[in-house]
Amino acid sequence: MKKLLLPALLAAMLAACGTTGTTDQTGASVEDRGGAGVTTVTTPAVSGTGLSALTDPNNILSKRSVFFDFDQFVIKPEFRPLIEAHARFLVQNPQLKILIQGNTDERGSREYNLALGQKRADAVRQALTLLGAAESQIESVSLGEEKPRSTDRTEEGFAQNRRSDILYTGEY
Amino acid sequence: MITTLRLSSLRFLRLAIAGLLAACALAAHAQLSIEITGAGATRFPVAIPIFESESALPRGITDVVRADLERSGLFSLVDIGPVALPESVVPDLAGYRSRGADAILTGSVVPLSDGRFEVRFRLFDTQKQVELGAQALRMAPQQNRATAHRIADFVYEKLTGQPGYFSTRIAYVVKSGPRYELQIADADGANAQAALVSREPIISPAWSPDGQRLAYVSFEAKKPVVYIHTLVTGQRQVVANFKGSNSAPAWSPDGRQLAVVLTKDGLSQLYLINADGSGVRRTATSAGIDTEPAFSPDGQWIYFTSDRGGSPQIYRIPVSGGTAQRVTFEGSYNVTPRPAPDGRTLAFITRQEGGFRVAVLDLASRQTMILTDSARDESPSFAPNGRMILYASESGGRGVLAAVSADGRVRQRLSIEAADVREPAWGPLPRR
Repeated sequence: MKKLLLPALLAAMLAACGTTGTTDQTGASVEDRGGAGVTTVTTPAVSGTGLSALTDPNNILSKRSVFFDFDQFVIKPEFRPLIEAHARFLVQNPQLKILIQGNTDERGSREYNLALGQKRADAVRQALTLLGAAESQIESVSLGEEKPRSTDRTEEGFAQNRRSDILYTGEY
Repeated sequence: MITTLRLSSLRFLRLAIAGLLAACALAAHAQLSIEITGAGATRFPVAIPIFESESALPRGITDVVRADLERSGLFSLVDIGPVALPESVVPDLAGYRSRGADAILTGSVVPLSDGRFEVRFRLFDTQKQVELGAQALRMAPQQNRATAHRIADFVYEKLTGQPGYFSTRIAYVVKSGPRYELQIADADGANAQAALVSREPIISPAWSPDGQRLAYVSFEAKKPVVYIHTLVTGQRQVVANFKGSNSAPAWSPDGRQLAVVLTKDGLSQLYLINADGSGVRRTATSAGIDTEPAFSPDGQWIYFTSDRGGSPQIYRIPVSGGTAQRVTFEGSYNVTPRPAPDGRTLAFITRQEGGFRVAVLDLASRQTMILTDSARDESPSFAPNGRMILYASESGGRGVLAAVSADGRVRQRLSIEAADVREPAWGPLPRR
């Protein structure tokens, strides 16, 4: 078994790295390839402040996660009180908006899991709108398998990741 | 780290040089190291003596050429000692033939008056005793790797009849702790640079056909949004940020439009959108999930994953609209279709015995060949000559990149120490 370690070179060399047209004996230049340089971009941090009414641990509104069974997208009865409380809060506070993020466990294709996570987010959105929350208050999106709450590869770990989270304006 | 015990002195030297360079490269990113885990059954024996006067360069060329060809799994290097053979002299072809080399590459490095160098090289067939071709390339001293990749491409094409891929680049995502980096590296893992650094995930990078831009999905806005990123300038443009999720960008072969997956109208469905973000229109409609679009190389079809039939399977639909045709029938999980550059085969991921593996489907004969036996393979991506497939895998609990030849014989693993590597995308051939 062979291992070849090929070194990263200096940034100065990167800028000059390039190729050009084929030649014969006249000798063509190895020119800079247009796309050889890469400029690094750093995304800005998202700063968010929670709404204190929504973070009181004694208030059911502080509960934000709805968990799903394997390959399932229906809301289990134990999460009805949570859904009802948030629907009521949205109806009472029509200026508030929420983002629902659906999640999956890590098994399988990332993009297909993104689509499965969307179904979990949509399930919560539909339950909230049936209870009177306005469509305009809610955006349902998916994080797929990208933001696991648990990295344990156990049934318990996977179950933690099959969920939808509710975030209020300012929290995202 | 590297085991040096079984290495030849030549390779040890190469590693020592690599180590020195890595130590010098203070600003460089964590290095992709490439491990060859399987080679072709019959490899073409080629002798590549060290280029004459190579020591005039700050860093060599010959070893990079050798490493490229050896890594392809199609060639074996015949060791003929440390003697340089000038490009201007026809070598003793019969003599090298008797030492086991079917071809020999000779080269010379000639300094120019402007501080640059001309690298002249010739390739000979020792069996037919004929010259297969010669070239000269002019380079600045620090362009040793780019020049070497060009030479390796030349040898590869002359001896296999297919274009080489050593001058191409790859994109991939590195996750280290909470940090995500979209990196671009040469096909041999060298010259890694971050195009995007983020605290949120980045997935599904896709090269524009001209190799200048990448489309990808970033979660920096706490939801999936599709961006197009021009690599040289770092300029980024939002292409799809509709209500809901925006994902799975795929370039049309002419680079003018992308297929994307949007949820603005409900379930994940396929849309076409112009590369400037205008003109969004739905291209397929189903009562299930449609995702992971990929254009056929002729631009006529979009292959995609759909669970409209109950389980995720691969379908295709005419770009101009029409009825979707099911493409995969065996098994309960077939996803991520990626057509080969010649359009004849399709790489995809299939679940088999609980593992996710890279498979190739011959679209004419409908024969499927499973190429890997690992547990968690994802995101296959063809080399531009169709010979190799780069994909994401797992080794020792970490994400690694791996490559397998389209016939399943040649295998490589590309990993970065202490980081997760995923979501590879092999870039196009550079325009010349």
